[in-house]
Amino acid sequence: MDFIEGLGASTRISFNKLGRGTHFLVQTISGIMSVLLRPRLLTKQLYSVGVMSFLIITISGLFVGMVLGLQGYYTLSDFGAEETLGVMVAASLVRELGPVVSALLFAGRAGSALTAEIGLMKATEQLSGMEMMAIDPIKRIITPRFLAGLISMPLLAGIFSAVGIIGGQIVGSGLLGVDEGAYWSQMQASIDFYDDIVNGVIKSIVFGFVTSWIALFEGYDAIPTSEGVSRATTRTVVNSAFTILGLDFILTALMFGDH
Amino acid sequence: MQHTRNQDTLVGLLVASGIAGLFFLAMHVSNLSSFSDEDSYTITAKFENSGGLKVKSPVSAAGVKIGKVTSISFDPKTYKSVVQLSINSKYSTLPDDTTASVFTAGLLGEQYVNLEPGGSETYLKKGGEIEITQSAIILEKAIGQFLFKSAAEEKK
Repeated sequence: MDFIEGLGASTRISFNKLGRGTHFLVQTISGIMSVLLRPRLLTKQLYSVGVMSFLIITISGLFVGMVLGLQGYYTLSDFGAEETLGVMVAASLVRELGPVVSALLFAGRAGSALTAEIGLMKATEQLSGMEMMAIDPIKRIITPRFLAGLISMPLLAGIFSAVGIIGGQIVGSGLLGVDEGAYWSQMQASIDFYDDIVNGVIKSIVFGFVTSWIALFEGYDAIPTSEGVSRATTRTVVNSAFTILGLDFILTALMFGDH
Repeated sequence: MQHTRNQDTLVGLLVASGIAGLFFLAMHVSNLSSFSDEDSYTITAKFENSGGLKVKSPVSAAGVKIGKVTSISFDPKTYKSVVQLSINSKYSTLPDDTTASVFTAGLLGEQYVNLEPGGSETYLKKGGEIEITQSAIILEKAIGQFLFKSAAEEKK
């Protein structure tokens, strides 16, 4: 009996949280206009969310591309199809790994920082202090960070894919001897701009939206103690990872299903 | 003030490199630069069998890509495969006795339409139809015929 009671309670709690999260999201989005009137708030957040994640994204992208080049070469050379290495590297980066891995890194690098920042602001009563001064903390604090995440994510995913493809080329044609012309021309023949690249960008925008939403809401909703903030930070990373991977499956099924 | 100016520069750099990355993907990785839809004309070819030809398969002449397949449908009256080819307007001087055949690039490669120009003085018009076509070679059929033939030779 206790079990059923607990199940009901936790279901109610999670639906309650989803409802509060949606309310929070609507409030955040309604603040977009006022942030656009004060772009200084936005550039500051673009710096701490986007620029600070630039290095980890670039280096990871390079290595992911190099590993793809290496592994792809060994598998493809069994079939005598090393020439299609470019297609394999580019398709897997542009469609899947670029948006997904950069979103996971983004959640770990920027999302956790956002949660901790907002949670600490709440714990030290800075948010209620703002309310006392008749400043809407959502418009002033949350919306710029949300927009910054939304803008940085597709840019970072684009950098990730581009650097990865170059990394694959360095390993593939630099070290392993795949013809450089074949690497690029086969890639250009197979990768479609709308089907592959635009869909990849749409994916990364969706991931940026979801990751920023989760990170900011977890921070805003955190129990204002040091333990509460640390739990919220953990929840951000875990929930973002789940959501990104689950959404990726759905988006892939929708976008690439008809082939 | 110096600090925020630095931040602005770095944000600018991020946005610039992000756009550069996406631009690189669009122009260097995808097929966007190689062919656009605006400056092209459509011709039709009817094949007995278009094999594994797909929409977006390349159309080439003398080994050079000059267009792509835009649609493939089955004609219920003639029982043929109707293939629409979109050809770049730069190549508007194809003779009307051009032969279209479905070839395979390599043994396992993708299938494409090969156009072989004839000697006619008149050119194919927009919306025109290629009269002479050659079907795709179906590997299973060819192997079947080969086995049948070698079995018949053994009997002799």
